[in-house]
Amino acid sequence: MSGGNVVAPQGAEIRIGKTGAILIQIGVVVAIAVIWEMSTRLGLAHPFLLPPLSAVLGRLAEDTMSGSVFLDLTLTLYRALTGFFIAAALGIPLGILMARQKLFGWFFEPLISIGFPMPKVAFIPIFILWFDIYDTSKIIMVVFSCFFPIVMATYAGTKNVDKWPLWSARSLGTREGQLLWEVILPLASPQILTGLQIALPVGMITTVVTEMLMGGRGVGGAMIQAGRFADSVGVFAGIIEIALLGMVVIRALEMLRARLLIWHPEARH
Amino acid sequence: MSLALRYLPVLIFFAAWEAITFSGLVSTRLLPGLGEIGGAFAGLVASGEFFTSAARSLSRSGMGLGVAVVLGIVIGLFMATNRLFQLLINPIVRIFYPMPKSALIPLVMIWFGLGDSSKIFLIFLGCLLPVIVSSYNGARGVNHVMLWSAASLGASRAEILREVILPAALPDILAGCRTALAFSFILMVSSEFIIAKDGLGYLISTMGDGGNYPAMFAVILAVAGIGFAADRLYAAFAASSLRWKESS
Repeated sequence: MSGGNVVAPQGAEIRIGKTGAILIQIGVVVAIAVIWEMSTRLGLAHPFLLPPLSAVLGRLAEDTMSGSVFLDLTLTLYRALTGFFIAAALGIPLGILMARQKLFGWFFEPLISIGFPMPKVAFIPIFILWFDIYDTSKIIMVVFSCFFPIVMATYAGTKNVDKWPLWSARSLGTREGQLLWEVILPLASPQILTGLQIALPVGMITTVVTEMLMGGRGVGGAMIQAGRFADSVGVFAGIIEIALLGMVVIRALEMLRARLLIWHPEARH
Repeated sequence: MSLALRYLPVLIFFAAWEAITFSGLVSTRLLPGLGEIGGAFAGLVASGEFFTSAARSLSRSGMGLGVAVVLGIVIGLFMATNRLFQLLINPIVRIFYPMPKSALIPLVMIWFGLGDSSKIFLIFLGCLLPVIVSSYNGARGVNHVMLWSAASLGASRAEILREVILPAALPDILAGCRTALAFSFILMVSSEFIIAKDGLGYLISTMGDGGNYPAMFAVILAVAGIGFAADRLYAAFAASSLRWKESS
């Protein structure tokens, strides 16, 4: 989200250059950090409700040394990504089949479109009942919540592929099998990627909630534990860890999109 | 295709469910029959438990979502029209947008305890960011020629904002609000699972903990149904408020 002022400058509008813009934004982050630290030091905020930033960073450093941060982060990441990839491996083929095969489309379209807007986290107790509270159950829950946006996007993307490139490819002698890989999938890929980009944050949210509910290790489990023991420094440390993890994972998918769609007009912006 | 044929798969799905429980392939403890679930639901409705819980939950998510939508649109539009404000808010949005908002559940528990305000605040925060980002993106994408025309015809800044930018950004804003609506349900249910003493999420977990699985399934299906209905209603509302737009 860079730059861009929609209203043309009128009169005394401040003009801010590129370096100025960067400096202001860094300044905001620094100011937040300073206000956070000082508000507890000066006694404006209760240290239990808002522990000083230095204490939170200290805890993060401690947990990094002891390695427990890596254990928790790795477990959370493993559950989120395994669930996400299984959902993609099931959802993309199903979406394509639904768009290409009438019978699949007829059968799954209503089920998927009803399932799509449902709040999937409500089903967690059923998954606990069926698969207990360990990794299997957590990962299945992530698969369940990522699956619907991926199928929806793939189905819509594949169904809306323009007929002209298909006809041209056929008239040039492309076989049906090739058609899928060389024409349909590339043309549908922007929408499929959008579906993945919707599913990934949903998967992260679900992972954290299942970890909080089912317990065990992982960032969510560690945070709820800290919350129960009134360890607010631990809660804040967990929030920073999960925020960083979310940022890295989402950024990685954005970069993958830019790489895969390098041929697409959207890459020219 | 007729409506009956279109929704036949849903019927097949429930028929398969009934067949599985009836055949005894899966224990009815793990998958209660539909009749049993219906009966449990009727019981919860008759005792008033279902509606009290639903009222608690929906008022929470409605309040959090409502404040987030109003504030999010204002912030997003203001960001698009004021460069300095955009620079001040952008880093905050960038940091919070990719964060899984459910991570804030233990924090709101520490700050607000088990009452209503913890859930309302969580839902508000979770819904705010998608609305800000979509309003900002929508307003930023407004055709500059329209802005210049409006300005040259003597429109004031406030008029331009209200009469040109807001309508032009509406499709994006409406899409952002739909995302926020979905988030409000996710956060409502998950926070009520973890930190609550009433509401639909709490009702589900008490029924589950008490081993009353038909009732647990009943409330889960009801929550899923409410989420589905809310999305469909919203989609209809969004479509009707964009009727003035040509195409799409």
